[in-house]
This record gives sequence, C-alpha cells and structure tokens, in this order.
Amino acid sequence: MAEILVIAEQRDGAFRSASLEAIAAANSVKGEDDRLAVAIIGADPNAFVSDLSVEGVDEVIAIKAGSNDFQPDLVEAVVATLAEARKPALIAAAHGVDAWSYAPTVAAKLGFGFASDVQALRYEDGQLVATRAGYAEKVLVDLDFPGKEVVLVTIRTNVFDPAGGVGAPTVTAMDAPACEVSTTHVGWKEPEDAGGIDIPGSDFILSIGRGVGDESNVEQFLEMADQLGATLGCSRPIADNGWLPKARQVGQSGQLAANCRLYIAMGVSGSVQHQWGMKHVETIVAVNTDPEASIFSIARYGVVGDMFEIAEELENHF
Amino acid sequence: MKILVPVKQVSILDDEFEMRDDGHGVDEDFFEKDLNEFDHFAVEEALLIKEAAGEGAEVIVVTVGDGETDDALRTALAKGAERGIRVWDDSLADADSIAIAKVLAKVVEREAPDMVFTGAQSADFGHATTGMALAGLLGWPHAAVVSKLDFMPGAGTATLHRELEGGLEEIMTIQCPAVLSIQLGINQPRYASLRGIRQAKQKPVEELDLDDLGLGGSDVTSASRVRRMYAPEKGQAEIIEGSAAEQAARLAEIIKELRGI
Repeated sequence: MAEILVIAEQRDGAFRSASLEAIAAANSVKGEDDRLAVAIIGADPNAFVSDLSVEGVDEVIAIKAGSNDFQPDLVEAVVATLAEARKPALIAAAHGVDAWSYAPTVAAKLGFGFASDVQALRYEDGQLVATRAGYAEKVLVDLDFPGKEVVLVTIRTNVFDPAGGVGAPTVTAMDAPACEVSTTHVGWKEPEDAGGIDIPGSDFILSIGRGVGDESNVEQFLEMADQLGATLGCSRPIADNGWLPKARQVGQSGQLAANCRLYIAMGVSGSVQHQWGMKHVETIVAVNTDPEASIFSIARYGVVGDMFEIAEELENHF
Repeated sequence: MKILVPVKQVSILDDEFEMRDDGHGVDEDFFEKDLNEFDHFAVEEALLIKEAAGEGAEVIVVTVGDGETDDALRTALAKGAERGIRVWDDSLADADSIAIAKVLAKVVEREAPDMVFTGAQSADFGHATTGMALAGLLGWPHAAVVSKLDFMPGAGTATLHRELEGGLEEIMTIQCPAVLSIQLGINQPRYASLRGIRQAKQKPVEELDLDDLGLGGSDVTSASRVRRMYAPEKGQAEIIEGSAAEQAARLAEIIKELRGI
C-alpha cells in the first residue's frame, strides 16, 4: 500500500480547480490498496472540503493557516511535515505559478525525485514513469526516479479531465507548521479592464503574432477582424510590446479561447504557452511563412505564405 | 553590489530531426544553440539595477555547460555584464535541473551576491525548476515568475509582482538576498552594441570544474533520469496550396462555412 499526496490550492479564498486535474493524475496511478490524501492550506480550510470530495480522494487534510496568502515557505514546510509523517511515494500538484514557486524548492531541499509539467504518469516494472515534453514540444521524454522514495510531480493543466464524482473522504484538521516566511502579501493587480474585448466568449478569433512585424501593421488586422466578424487576438510578444492590450493575449498568461470554434493564427509560431490557450479549438487555421512553425502541427489547415498578402486577398471576400 | 544571473544556452531543434541511437536524446546535428529567451530579461533586469546603482556594482553571468556554451555567456557579457563563470565537468552531461542547481548553489556561496535572477523557465524544456531549486538549496527567499521588480541595492526587502494565471498579478515584498525567476515582458532587453560585442571578447570568463567548487560526483545527483526520448505522433495540418488569391479564397470558404454565411 502506498500513500499518494496531492497539494491542492486556493487563491485569495477561491478554490483552484486545476487541483482537480492533479487529483485526476494521482488517480491515474492509484492502485486498489493505495490511499490518496489531499492537503489544502487556508484561513478556513474546511471551506474546501466539498470541492475536494471527489472520486478517489480518501482523506482531505485541512491545514489552517493565519491567512489565505500564498507563502512558498509555508507550503514547503507543509510538504516537508506531511512527507515526514506519511512517507508518500508520490506527491502531485498542478503546474501553476504557485507550484513553480515552491515545488522545485522543496524537492531540491528534501532530495525528492522531481519532474515538472508532467502530462502522463504510469508504472513500468514497478517504477514510476512521468512523461513530459521537450525541445519546444517536439519530443516527449519519459523520466524515472531511481532510488527516490518520494517523487514530486507538477501536472500540466488542461491534460487530465478534472476528477469528479462524489467521494467520501475523511477530514483531518491540522494547524500549519510554524515557520518563518520571507514573503509578505501586499495586494493584487487585476488585469486591465478588457474594454469589451472578450476572448473567452468569442467563437471566432483571428490572432496575430510576431509575424506582424511592426506596430504600424496592427491596425489593419483590427479592421480585418471587424470585417470578418472575428475577435482579434494576439500572442504574448505583441501584448508585451504594448501593440495590443493584454486582454487580447491568448495563452497561459493571457486568455483561454474557451468558446472558440474557428481560430485563424497569422504569423504566430505557436509556443507551448500560446497553445495552452487555443490548442483545443476544433478548427485552427495557421498562416505562416515558416513551414516548420510548430503551429502547423496542431492546425487543421495550414497556409504557408505571407500573412499580409493573404490578408489583402481575404478582404476581397467579405 | 553584485547580482548573479545563471543563464542557459538552449537547444533549438529543427523540425526534421533524428534521435540518438541510445534513444535518450536527439542527434546533436539537428540543434541550433542560443541564449535562453527568458534569460535576456533576467540579464536586462540585473543590468538596469546595476546601472542605477552606479560605481562598484557588478553583474556576473554563470552557466553550467561545455565549451560551446561560452557563446551564451558572451552574449550576456556583450550586453554589459562584467564577467562570466562557466562550470563544466563531463560527469554533468546527464545532469537535470536540480543537479545543475546544486552546482550553481556552490557558485552562489562563493560569490555571495546580493540577488540572483534566473529566467522563469528555459525555452527548450520549460522545466521552470533551476532557479527555485537553487533557492531551496541555499535556503534563500524566492519568488517565481516575477513581472515587476522594485529593488534598491542595500535594502533588506524588495517589492515585486508575480504574474499569475489569467493576467492577475500578486504584489508582495520579499526579504533579500533572494532568488527571483524573471518573466518575459518585465523589461525591454537591449541588443548588444558592436562596441559591447568587441568588449565582451576581452571580459574574463572563469572556467571551473566540480573540484574547484568542492563538489564530488556523488554530490551532484539528479532528481530524475531520462528513460527514453521520442518524437510524439504529430498532427499535420492539411496544407492549402496555390497562389495567395487561391489560398485566401479557400480560407474565406472555411470562414463562411463556420459562420454559416
């Protein structure tokens, strides 16, 4: 019998549903005799018990802290305490920005096996094997963890279907371990007002990337999107340059094209981060001068060509 | 005032490539090498702080890699870093991010910088591990994915923004010295001037091996091992051929069909 531990997350008191994907990943390797415990830290941790009462979860460890603030030092102390007390074979968390801040840290400090951004887990000959991507998604790598009694993995989001159903976990209440914290929460900066731009709600997005070349070229694509009845989106460099507002940025640090059915990517190479926001769209059309751009590997249709020429010709049809 | 910036020379893989015979990696012939994109922002952030601090401030870039990775250091030196450190030992060939962090921890102990900045992740593997693992080994305060930083050299704390999902940012203060992983867009990285590139050739790059850092082979263990590496089954777009006019016409059909026009 092995113990599996998932570190679930809340942010400012709101449950982070990516935690359910980490639970699903844990369930994917959970054997009949294994136990899955899910820990969550917060000012009122019992508030999350119902969120975490899903299939496969045997225990919720509700850890009471002085606040809902994310403190990497505190999460690391919790992981260390639970690892020591329970000797889990596997610890999983969602590969979000919070986990980025504590998971490698605690894994290095305690000598755990470690893999980040994992998209599949399984046992081969009794060895835990984690699969992740490499070289900008062009290869997959299977990792194992020889000699490691505890392995910590962070799970890529939008890969596992969130764990659902109804579970009946026992609830263990615990106070957060005493530890010195070196960070202090000051406040939040909300994303700029979207000004009516609605990437998540749009069913048709025309997106531009680095291929647009210069700020002065952006306006014509705003006009074209209007003409086509599309919402204009963009990749990160365009928003970082201030050429378009952040509300138009599609990808991990921007928006998820949640309701999109047609996504036309012009001059977008298709980084992993960008793909996170649009890979699921049923019909993706990629327009790019570089036939080797990775966007072509997820697109349904590809046009190898100049985005400006295609745009000019396209306008004649609307 | 000293800021240490660990950098990585990343491997950019051609779209057509072949695996090594051992199935644990890609044939070296199919790589191009470059300084990690995220590291440009980490170097720039260090340079901005150094320039504001004036006389006596120093930016040191360090990499763990063989002789070929000197290019990455020279790129950072050409932008204005004062000196470089390159650590290599053949036993590091299969080192993962956590093993690399163990090497870097020794370099940090040796240099005792006021701050350590890394890129938030590497453009090739995206582990997002080295910097925060380094902080764990040092027992230093740390924050990942920093998109804004206000640090006055000598101050006991810095104020920063962490870029979270969906464009939300958290503002926090952190005790210094700290390890911060720097996100794209925090600044506008400069290009090296011709003069900078010339000067970079003269700047010192110290070459160290594990012995120099007091590390034995068994001190630098990885947290994972590559069992196999392989090309995934890849979807391939249906390519729309023809002139720009013909391609656009087909594209218009696709749009109209989906829009029900």
